[in-house]
Amino acid sequence: MKARIIVTLKPGVLDPQGKAIEAALKSLAVDGVEGVRQGKVFDIEMATTDGAVAEVTLRTACEKLLANTVVENYAIEIL
Amino acid sequence: MHAAVVVFPGSNRETDVVRALRRSGARVSLVWHADHDLPAGTDLAVLPGGFSYGDYLRCGAIAGRAAAMDAVRAHAARGGLVLGICNGFQILCESGLLPGVLMRNVDRRFLCHRQTLRVERTDTRFTSAYRPGQVIDVCIAHGEGNYFADPETLARIEAEGRVAFRYCDADGAVTVEANRNGSLNAIAGILSENRTVLGMMPHPENFVEELIGGTDGRGLFDSLAA
Repeated sequence: MKARIIVTLKPGVLDPQGKAIEAALKSLAVDGVEGVRQGKVFDIEMATTDGAVAEVTLRTACEKLLANTVVENYAIEIL
Repeated sequence: MHAAVVVFPGSNRETDVVRALRRSGARVSLVWHADHDLPAGTDLAVLPGGFSYGDYLRCGAIAGRAAAMDAVRAHAARGGLVLGICNGFQILCESGLLPGVLMRNVDRRFLCHRQTLRVERTDTRFTSAYRPGQVIDVCIAHGEGNYFADPETLARIEAEGRVAFRYCDADGAVTVEANRNGSLNAIAGILSENRTVLGMMPHPENFVEELIGGTDGRGLFDSLAA
């Protein structure tokens, strides 16, 4: 089973990298972009085929390591 | 004073901090990140600067979960002293020993320059050799030193007087210009609730000899060894 975890900065937390990317897009004349927030994607191979079991494991992975919940949110997708 | 300096893959300031500690009279042991115990009789655990685990995932994130950090957490829980400098401060935040997080510098640049700090309190095991409000001249060298905590946590840290150092100008004034990494409340170093754990981004260990530019960092190591 494959899963994807998406980690993003919480709203309101300053994202200097997102700001730099936003400025770069403007300099490349990519119009219509009003804001960029950068995040991380983790593609994970799971041993189990049980979605509920995988969800519990992945939540633990996020809480223990993959996200710093002081400043980041995470979302789990079972693919 | 028996200090144990924890070395992670990618640490690079351990030699400097060992030298600064010995200069002030401490006995120093090195501990490898995979070790499960600190040496018997350890008074102070030190997490040095560097780029542990290549700063992969987040600065200090993987080091914060290393085996040696379980020993450091147990040491802190017993009331033992813990000092984290630069990457060590990031590790302390990631390990849960200190609140908040060190974010990317506000201007996105790696900052490496001399930096004056105001000593906010001198009634701690780390700062007793300084005068209240003393301005010390040390340096910073980091890309992620922008201290952030949620508003409730920040208010609690301030109300409890847990800010040890703030970025300031040469006259001791806390200004926007002096706080180049964008830290909330110009925080350069914070203490745990019981003031036995200190994390700081600047490098006092590099300012203990006149020959290499100054001695304002000595106070921290002299305080600890006193």
